[in-house]
Amino acid sequence: MGEIEKSMVEMKEAPEGYEGRGFFATKLDSVIGMARSNSLWPLPFATSCCGIEFMATASTNYDLARFGMERMSFSPRQADLLMVMGTIAKKMGPVLKQVYDQMAEPKWVLSVGACASSGGIFDTYSVLQGIDNVIPVDVYVPGCPPRPEQILEGVMKIQELAKSESLRRRNSDEYKRMLEGYNIEVSK
Amino acid sequence: MRSPEQQEIINAVLTAHKELILNSEELYDITSIELSKENLIPFVEDLKTNHGFGFLTDLTVVHYPDNSGRELCGSYLIHNWMKNVRLRLKVYISIEDNHLPSLTPLFRTSNWLEREAFDNFGIIYDNHPDLRRILNMDEMDYHPLLKQYALEDETRKDKDDTFFGR
Repeated sequence: MGEIEKSMVEMKEAPEGYEGRGFFATKLDSVIGMARSNSLWPLPFATSCCGIEFMATASTNYDLARFGMERMSFSPRQADLLMVMGTIAKKMGPVLKQVYDQMAEPKWVLSVGACASSGGIFDTYSVLQGIDNVIPVDVYVPGCPPRPEQILEGVMKIQELAKSESLRRRNSDEYKRMLEGYNIEVSK
Repeated sequence: MRSPEQQEIINAVLTAHKELILNSEELYDITSIELSKENLIPFVEDLKTNHGFGFLTDLTVVHYPDNSGRELCGSYLIHNWMKNVRLRLKVYISIEDNHLPSLTPLFRTSNWLEREAFDNFGIIYDNHPDLRRILNMDEMDYHPLLKQYALEDETRKDKDDTFFGR
């Protein structure tokens, strides 16, 4: 690798730990968190104009691939991060919930834009007033639609969550109660 | 503007069915014809076979809550492609007897259009092959475009009248 290419590779910081000659000791949580947060596979659930902003986010100028997420997963079974971008009609609610159901733990949800987060300007009989009526959401991105920079900030917040999450969190009673609150079956 | 040839087609329709037409007027460059619901099918059938109106452009319903006895208006736009002439047909019905004849035997496009009108206005299209909701979710228990129902989502608690004009 030439000098220029080397300078473009960004090495992630190792988590906090004890270092000595020939060994490095740290918590398993931290290592797994670091791996997870830098290889999130997103499932883009793009229904309207926020989806267009997402397309800009994913392409060269903003380049989502920098976050280890250049592989979009169009199957929920191989996705870690559900990115909901756009107006979700009430008729679409059960579809969104099924997609979330099919994702394997651990999974995160990013709600992009005013419509996904709250129904936005569509305060009407046919539109779901925020996807958090149907599935739990980790990070909300405001904007109508948000610029790619904002979507990237949301993604980085998700990365922070993934990095600092305890490995036991998804087995906790609190987490199970939260899922049951949404009528989502708890995976065994 | 209509050519004399186009006007001739319209005049032919108006004179051929004098006894069926309750009312006719010129609205926004389209001749608008009011019919009773019993006469709708024979009238449209004749337009299709004898006057070249072979295309149903659109079909919808309007709700006039103050128009007692004539609360719902079924409105049809049909088109003669050969001579480029359009006609608007109107059928007024009361909200208690919200039945209209289905045009699906004549125009297959009216299948989905009538499902949409049923979905939004609750009109029962007699002899429709498959009258189900098409746009709204199946669990919905009302017909949202009737004027007695609010446009806004009723489940929402966080909106304040002073800011959102409810």
